[in-house]
Amino acid sequence: MLLPFFQWCETSSLGSAIRDSVWLFPVVEAVHLVALALIGGAVLMVDLRLLGCTLRRESATQVARNAQPWLVGSLTVLLVSGVFLFSSEALKCYYNPPFWAKMTALFLAIVYTFTIRRRVLENTDRFTQGRLQVVAAVSLILWSSVGVAGRFIGFY
Amino acid sequence: MALIFEFCQRIQEQPSSIALRESVYMYPLVESVHVLSLCVFLGLVGMMDLRLAGIGNSDMPVSHLQRQLFPWQMVGLVLMVGSGVLLFYAEPLRFYGNVFFRAKFVMMGLAVINAAVFHFGSYKNVAAWDFERVPPRAVRFAGVCSLVLWVGIVFAGRLIAYNWFK
Repeated sequence: MLLPFFQWCETSSLGSAIRDSVWLFPVVEAVHLVALALIGGAVLMVDLRLLGCTLRRESATQVARNAQPWLVGSLTVLLVSGVFLFSSEALKCYYNPPFWAKMTALFLAIVYTFTIRRRVLENTDRFTQGRLQVVAAVSLILWSSVGVAGRFIGFY
Repeated sequence: MALIFEFCQRIQEQPSSIALRESVYMYPLVESVHVLSLCVFLGLVGMMDLRLAGIGNSDMPVSHLQRQLFPWQMVGLVLMVGSGVLLFYAEPLRFYGNVFFRAKFVMMGLAVINAAVFHFGSYKNVAAWDFERVPPRAVRFAGVCSLVLWVGIVFAGRLIAYNWFK
């Protein structure tokens, strides 16, 4: 059903431009990785706080407020650079199970982060320590699945 | 240099190196650990550097943030170095002559020097600027240097796989 869309991406001028360049794909990949490191820091700092492993003097709400611009910023860079990478090899992705695993995990991670996790972070006093730890654990599992599945796109 | 080359050759012939190189699951797994620990180590070092540069985490005192993040940065560092050593061990000769690999090591050396200079320099009187949202110029410089170097290290690391200069 989605195959025509993937074919269209593959033949788009963006896709062919990246394919025709020797250095464009690697450089965009590197940008993608730098943003990955940054989102890792922004997510981890908050989740470690929710787990009670760091920055206990600050409230989780305050730590999350500090991390928020870097979370949104790095996610934006990841999505844009990701679309670049994808368009150059859309058909390869279509037949690549790790790609679909990554997209599923990514969708869940984004929805979870900007709905449940965000709400919880705004009202941490309404939840028990145990609940907060579960919220953090789910976030860590979702985001690391995205990273690992992403790495496996290249191996499959 | 000849000595290092021979050392790499010696490793490359080890049965354990060959096994790792040719493994179906182990090698990708080690690479995944390397990427995930990038998030832990570099992500948290980045959070600290942004604070030093005066552009992030501004309402937390520098020394407090440093003390709190340090153990987790070290967890990331151990995983990162461990998986990195294994990746090198699997095929040292592929890395030996690689210009990006060498550039990565030079930049890592510079990043260590930058961290040491900061730690034994401006950080000594952190009490004087601990709460400042925008730290003194020398501190901001150290933070920006670290950020720039680590971005360079990630770029060089990714580009190792594309050896254009053989």
